[in-house]
Amino acid sequence: MSEVKYSKEHEWIKIEGDVGTVGITQHATEMLGDIVFVELPDVGSSVEKDGNAGVVESTKAASDVYTPISGEITESNQAIVDDPGKINSDPENEAWFFKLKIKDSNELDSLMNKEEYDKFAKESGN
Amino acid sequence: MGTEVNMEIKKTSLNKLHETNKAKFVEFAGYEMPIQYSAGIIEEHKFTRSHSGIFDVSHMGQLFIYGDDNLTDDLEKIFPLDLKNLKLNSSKYSFLMNDDAKVYDDLIITKIEGGFLIILNAACKDNDFKILSSLLNDKYKMVLDNTRSLIAIQGPKSVEILNTILSNVSDLTFMSGNWFMYKDQKLFVTRSGYTGEDGFEISIENNFAEEFTKRLLDNGAKLIGLGARDTLRLEAGLCLYGHELDINKSPIEANLKWAISKERLIKGGFIGFDNIVNQINSGTNQIRVGIKPEGRLIAREKTKVFNKNDEVIGEVTSGTFGPSVNGPIAMGFVNKEFSKKETKIFLEVRGKKHPASICGLPFYKKSYVKGVN
Repeated sequence: MSEVKYSKEHEWIKIEGDVGTVGITQHATEMLGDIVFVELPDVGSSVEKDGNAGVVESTKAASDVYTPISGEITESNQAIVDDPGKINSDPENEAWFFKLKIKDSNELDSLMNKEEYDKFAKESGN
Repeated sequence: MGTEVNMEIKKTSLNKLHETNKAKFVEFAGYEMPIQYSAGIIEEHKFTRSHSGIFDVSHMGQLFIYGDDNLTDDLEKIFPLDLKNLKLNSSKYSFLMNDDAKVYDDLIITKIEGGFLIILNAACKDNDFKILSSLLNDKYKMVLDNTRSLIAIQGPKSVEILNTILSNVSDLTFMSGNWFMYKDQKLFVTRSGYTGEDGFEISIENNFAEEFTKRLLDNGAKLIGLGARDTLRLEAGLCLYGHELDINKSPIEANLKWAISKERLIKGGFIGFDNIVNQINSGTNQIRVGIKPEGRLIAREKTKVFNKNDEVIGEVTSGTFGPSVNGPIAMGFVNKEFSKKETKIFLEVRGKKHPASICGLPFYKKSYVKGVN
């Protein structure tokens, strides 16, 4: 069983047991435009909820990536580093950013479900 | 709030057409301009390189100055060009400078029947007008014409496309122009551009701009936003005012000596001459260079440049991803002793230093030249 939740910074997290897989949403990629560079957190590093966990750059500008919850990075997706265009083509599946070991599952409560996020994204416009 | 100026954003005659083509708009120099359309910057860039892209550059200033030989003399006191020998309908790239040879604006000046046409940057045009009026003592009729739009068409298919609408436009050579008739409208067309591609810029009365652009679209050209305009010009190694040129930089520092007439460098008599000569003779501290980051890292404007001893030696003025070279590219200013090609440098991005090297410009060069010159 897995569950997907969303942050106000337009990240998604798929939860499977105590492992979370994090990426950015389709809506985020539409706002960013063509992504040409990505920097991911180091495996083994700890990240804090809403803290910095990478960078994406489009042809236009650089944007920070935040982690929706705290944890220890267990894996990062080299495929999107080698071909950042994948983030535009399949942001919510193949182009995940990193996996982390969830530190405190209570943090998940502050995140939105799909329906709430879609409404949020629509209302926040850009 | 009686002193408050009208801050309403200006729109070009093609604004509706941009909207219909799903443009994402940004504010640029007081205008609502398309940064990209639904295709996105990379596809728009590549389409321009392989086919033909249409750019709305109507925000730029079209300054017509009318006068006789006295005007030519007076303009030679301002611009470092040999205007007396400039042929009718020929264009030159130049600068409006202050006494220290620092640049108010870079521009294209074309000799037309009865005077000159000067194309100015949008953000500078009003100030340029004031400076020029004052330098010319209001002796000549000057019109910063906002009744005309300016449309650029760039890329290898542009000549064929434009020729179906304006016959014989293919006769124009690079950096020259002429009047053409479209219906009962007089269009001034120059063969020039800002992408490193063959192309044209078309000055057309506002009321006809949209229908004319639609004709270009019907013939296979596509609308391209300012985002791709920037990646295209950076790949072509061309300066952008506010980045590689500004009021703190001279054409010599910007490595644009080629644009100053050799004749005028000997004779002088233009604003900024002393400092230009000075800088040519004794060199400048810094100079504009191309910068190639290693890997995929993008170094944006204001990125600090270091040498291997960790000393700051310069700054990036433009940096992006070049779709045609398929990698990051940048331009910047570095201390002269580090300006040699292949000099190893470091770029500080998000607190870390990343290796890069000085490289020649342009980053992208057309592999063929087609009958123009």
